[in-house]
Amino acid sequence: MTSRSVAVIDYGMGNLHSAAKALQHVSPETKVIVSANKDEILECDHVIVPGVGAIRDCMGEIKRLGIDAVISQAIKTKPVMGICIGMQTMLNFSEENDGVHCMGIFEGEVRYFGTDLRDEQGEHLKVPHMGWNNVYQREDHPIWNNIADGERFYFVHSYYVELANQAQSIGSCTYGHPFDAVVARDNIVATQFHPEKSADAGLQLLKNFLDWDGGLS
Amino acid sequence: MALAKRIIPCLDVDNGRVVKGVNFVGIRDAGDPVEVARRYNTEGADEICMLDITATHENRDTMVHTVEAIAGEVFIPLTIGGGIRELEDIRRMLNAGADKVSINSAAVFRPEFVKEASQKFGAQCIVVAIDAKNVGPEKWEIFTHGGRKETGIDAIEWAIKMESFGAGEILLTSMDRDGTKNGFDNDLTRRISDAVNIPVIASGGVGTLDHLTDGVKEGGADAVLAASIFHFQEYTIQEAKETMRSAGIEMRV
Repeated sequence: MTSRSVAVIDYGMGNLHSAAKALQHVSPETKVIVSANKDEILECDHVIVPGVGAIRDCMGEIKRLGIDAVISQAIKTKPVMGICIGMQTMLNFSEENDGVHCMGIFEGEVRYFGTDLRDEQGEHLKVPHMGWNNVYQREDHPIWNNIADGERFYFVHSYYVELANQAQSIGSCTYGHPFDAVVARDNIVATQFHPEKSADAGLQLLKNFLDWDGGLS
Repeated sequence: MALAKRIIPCLDVDNGRVVKGVNFVGIRDAGDPVEVARRYNTEGADEICMLDITATHENRDTMVHTVEAIAGEVFIPLTIGGGIRELEDIRRMLNAGADKVSINSAAVFRPEFVKEASQKFGAQCIVVAIDAKNVGPEKWEIFTHGGRKETGIDAIEWAIKMESFGAGEILLTSMDRDGTKNGFDNDLTRRISDAVNIPVIASGGVGTLDHLTDGVKEGGADAVLAASIFHFQEYTIQEAKETMRSAGIEMRV
């Protein structure tokens, strides 16, 4: 099954066009919309929660526009994917901006890498974590189809996800210490990296998402 | 395994055409930035940087169309620089599909612009370009207008200030080395890389693949930017990555 339509939720936080263009590229026959409209979003059979920027602004806009209600509706009925800050909005809480309560779709918190992050050799690591890093597959999942274990994806973030339930962590990355790079439960999946900026591996992952029924059919 | 160092080929574009003579075998139109970007993507570039070298008002629309065309088929990060002076310039480029913008002289004229841009669009998409010249022992200053105009600003202090104003990354060009093919100014790169906690891209002076390695090992750069060695197919990006990896640098290959 390939998606007939996918909504990229537009809550005013930056560049959503990359995600939309990448989705259209991997699936030319799929209708890709960028929208904040509840009905338009819920009419689609796949939903993407993207985002860049800071968490307080993101959560502020999500609440102001009623997007939280749209997302909680969507996760009952269709495959939903969070990307980067879109992933972080799905946790309980983020340390960013002096602490922000998020949607709590996954149990866990979002933490700061800190200013004294070091690798195994004791070398100082810069923050943000920016660039291509390896992602190791901890659990089988349809999102990993045709993607090599340890493949590199493009990250840009200063805060990372720490899940309470590690069984939901299906992909792990290490920057100073291991963190949860891909999380999944039921029909929901989320990535800390940007698949829409991760060349062939990222495009494959987006295609896998569009091909995924979320286990709902 | 760990975070890879990045190789960023840079295209200088004037009114929709790649300049400084790109000379590719097997490309239909070597002056077409979309074709060149596609080629670099296939070769394994980690990001692409495109600079609008004239950046006139009339050229702006052409640049937006070029960015749209590249973003529609090249799915790696894309940085756009040249003539980024207002928040509206940034918004247009991001909406066209750019992931980051590079701010150069506008930051020197009005440093608060960097702060406003970072608050509005997020630090992750704000690159501050620093053009520096050596002016004495262990001393570098910022120059504008392609290295012709001195500002009296200390390059290291400037980098620290730009980080505090919300820059997400620094694109550091040595005006002494640019175009020489003698290698990066690794002293300068090291001083700035050690002074800030954000990634630093080394630029200016690459003539051999060993220069790229030196930029990371001696200069402490997080990414290396080069133009002519890739444009003229002296080396492919794959060769550059293999060379750097053989030298013990973590690369995406």
